[in-house]
Amino acid sequence: MRLLRGRDLVCQQAVELVTAYLEGRLSRSARRRFEAHLAGCPHCTEYLAQMRETISLTGRLAPEDLSPQMRDEFVELYRRWKSEQQ
Amino acid sequence: MMESDGDLLLRLRSGDERAFVTLVERYHEPMLRLALSFVPSPAVAEEVVQDTWLAVLRGLEGFEGRSSLQTWVFRILVNRARTTGTRERRSVPVADPEPAVDPARFDAAGGWADPPERWIEAAEGRMEAGKLADRIRAWMNELPARQRQVVILRDIEEMSSEEVCAVLAISDANQRVLLHRGRSRLRQLFEDEFREVR
Repeated sequence: MRLLRGRDLVCQQAVELVTAYLEGRLSRSARRRFEAHLAGCPHCTEYLAQMRETISLTGRLAPEDLSPQMRDEFVELYRRWKSEQQ
Repeated sequence: MMESDGDLLLRLRSGDERAFVTLVERYHEPMLRLALSFVPSPAVAEEVVQDTWLAVLRGLEGFEGRSSLQTWVFRILVNRARTTGTRERRSVPVADPEPAVDPARFDAAGGWADPPERWIEAAEGRMEAGKLADRIRAWMNELPARQRQVVILRDIEEMSSEEVCAVLAISDANQRVLLHRGRSRLRQLFEDEFREVR
């Protein structure tokens, strides 16, 4: 293990900073400490990669298609609304 | 290529029925998921979404385009769901401690004692085989409602943090805390899932 300096992060703190880091919301000094920690810590580097992967996998959930019946219902809703307009 | 919401809005305003169906196809399912995080049952969620679509049609004329079409539609939904819903307790502060990782996995100095297990390649393989998406959908439903709302909007709908704050009427700081907790829980669920198959 690396010798801890006063301002060094430990892993348990680093994992709480991941979202703020990915959002670009860490101060410059906090970002530097976070990146310095990652450079010396393969486990937290893996953890960050897993958080990125989590976001990526979630983002690939495609919306389920409307059933033809539901499509028809919405066409019906639209036409009803339209006829109320006139 | 997907037609932009702006083009869709123009067609909607000119009374194009197919534009409305396209809009519904784009947002109906995420709206149902979002509604369900506010109300007690799928049937009630369905009702809230139906009401929202009617409100959208009625409001089109007055929509000034100061937010995106999606933000506007989702705000209508959330307002209606909040009025109807009882599941969500808005007053619960998000400041309760909820660590991203079980504290038992760290040693006394705060370093990893039980480091993250590798699962990325296994998850990619199963996602490509089409066998993971349903699991992820089920996990989403296990997230606490407010975390789920933010994760749906940010990571599935890919809205910006500003848009999410506008839709849910929460502060930027709360949005980030909820996003952090929701994503951290999901990461843990992935790890648990692939730990089992080793």
